[in-house]
Amino acid sequence: MSIKVPSQYSSYQAKVARSRATSESLWVRWSFIAIMLAFLTLFLIVPLVAVFTEGLRKGFDAYLAALIDPDALSSIKLTLIAASIAVPLNLVFGVAAAWAIAKFEFRGKSILITLIDLPFAVSPVIAGLIYVLIFGLQGWVGSSLIDNDIKVIFAIPGIVLATIFVTFPFVARELIPLMQAQGKEEEEAGLVLGASGWQILWRITLPNVKWGLLYGVILTNARAMGEFGAVSVVSGHIRGMTNTMPLHVEILYNEYNYAAAFAVASLLAILALVTLVLKSLVEWQSARSAIQNEQNFS
Amino acid sequence: MTTRKNVLPGFNLSLGYTIFYLSLIVLIPLSAAFIKTTELSLHEFWAVVSTPRVVASYKLTFGASFIAALINAVFGLLTAWVLVRYTFPGKKIIDALVDLPFALPTAVAGIALTAVYSNNGWIGSWLEPHGIKVAFTPLGVVVALTFIGLPFVVRTVQPVLEDLEAETEEAAASLGANRWQTFYKIIFPAVWPALLTGFALAFARAIGEYGSVIFIAGNMPMVSEITPLIIITKLEQYDYAGATAVAVVMLVISFILLFAINGLQWWLSRRNGSAL
Repeated sequence: MSIKVPSQYSSYQAKVARSRATSESLWVRWSFIAIMLAFLTLFLIVPLVAVFTEGLRKGFDAYLAALIDPDALSSIKLTLIAASIAVPLNLVFGVAAAWAIAKFEFRGKSILITLIDLPFAVSPVIAGLIYVLIFGLQGWVGSSLIDNDIKVIFAIPGIVLATIFVTFPFVARELIPLMQAQGKEEEEAGLVLGASGWQILWRITLPNVKWGLLYGVILTNARAMGEFGAVSVVSGHIRGMTNTMPLHVEILYNEYNYAAAFAVASLLAILALVTLVLKSLVEWQSARSAIQNEQNFS
Repeated sequence: MTTRKNVLPGFNLSLGYTIFYLSLIVLIPLSAAFIKTTELSLHEFWAVVSTPRVVASYKLTFGASFIAALINAVFGLLTAWVLVRYTFPGKKIIDALVDLPFALPTAVAGIALTAVYSNNGWIGSWLEPHGIKVAFTPLGVVVALTFIGLPFVVRTVQPVLEDLEAETEEAAASLGANRWQTFYKIIFPAVWPALLTGFALAFARAIGEYGSVIFIAGNMPMVSEITPLIIITKLEQYDYAGATAVAVVMLVISFILLFAINGLQWWLSRRNGSAL
């Protein structure tokens, strides 16, 4: 899931100017393309289109009414709150982890990288469960929380924690390989010229990895706003209080209020499409700046 | 290797913060699951994780995940091949759309797939006369897991196909190999570690998946109930120890898969590195 450089395959196609010996017959090529399109249509395109048509099934007024329903609005608000806390925290973590791992050698580095990946390997349901075990009524700190009248589980802090957990590795995973590839000569040059550590970070390292950073933030944000399983376990499904947008979709759906469920779902689908567009733009931009760098060198 | 002194600042701060945050968010909470299971004796633990209903859920979860990952391996390889080697109108849009399962919230995917594949849905109504029921059957679980695993194989195979040297294919052709022989003997051996990695990633993701599956599965005990749902059900009955016991079984399997995938990726990068 790291940035790919599309320039590679345009040059690849130029390089191979596909002679008959190293390509397939026209017939094979078009049947491969047709099979691929059929597969993607069945699994991606039809479901995506269905979200919008089902949402608009009862007309545009009903669609709009489902979106400005107070419970829907409060679920949108909660989703935005959770993402706006989880994304910056994981961003700071990602930069710190990448700085330590990419710029320094130390023992246990590969173990640390594997541990950072752990949340990807854990089922979202289990991610929710572990916070219930700690902060729930019978949890490790549950009774002291009650004494101080602090609610974590079935409240906003639990939702934020679960969101942080499931989006934990994204920024770090993008930045580590990128910063490793950049090396540390530029930073050392900055140091020799008298820059402080923070100045090096702000003026050299972060500008060098800005596209990867943005890419990581976009992925983190998409996952943070869309997370369902982990948040479902810790939220308690209190309407208008602890429901995020995906949970609100579930409630409406289980009440057979399909049009409203798909209306709210369509907002999340638009978010996903915007994410894909931004992601492609970032890939395109980073490929362009990579080409520019190459031209500067030659 | 020279042991040059690293002059850059901030090592203690950045590594310290990394370990602190990692422990706080991931390691300590995860250890809670393992410590909680110690409340059960080994005998009780085994009794919880080996009841017929739970065992049926393992079979469904792992079986459906395996089939879905296999479908993705075949069609993912084809998709990566077409995206790298052929040109057709709308290719850039298709390329971007492959990542939709990463970006679309799982609950949205779940209700959309259910709507499309149920008896009166666009695709379901067309399959129904042929006696194929997708929604509310184990087949529905496979469909949902295929959806969420779709990008993994494409995105791991794509860069390897892009980096493939054309010269070896030309050499094979000049030595009299036909296209199929070239694919089978030249291209496939270069691609298959990436294919296996993509398969493993899709499989690992599918095992833990919850949001997209519960809507389409029908969730009948013994038939179409996945393991993550068993954990939720036990939690709702306040059976924390039971939920945690099942979770620990899944965690151990996930960790083994994670290490296997890391090993595969290390092997993959070494292979590609030495080939250059």
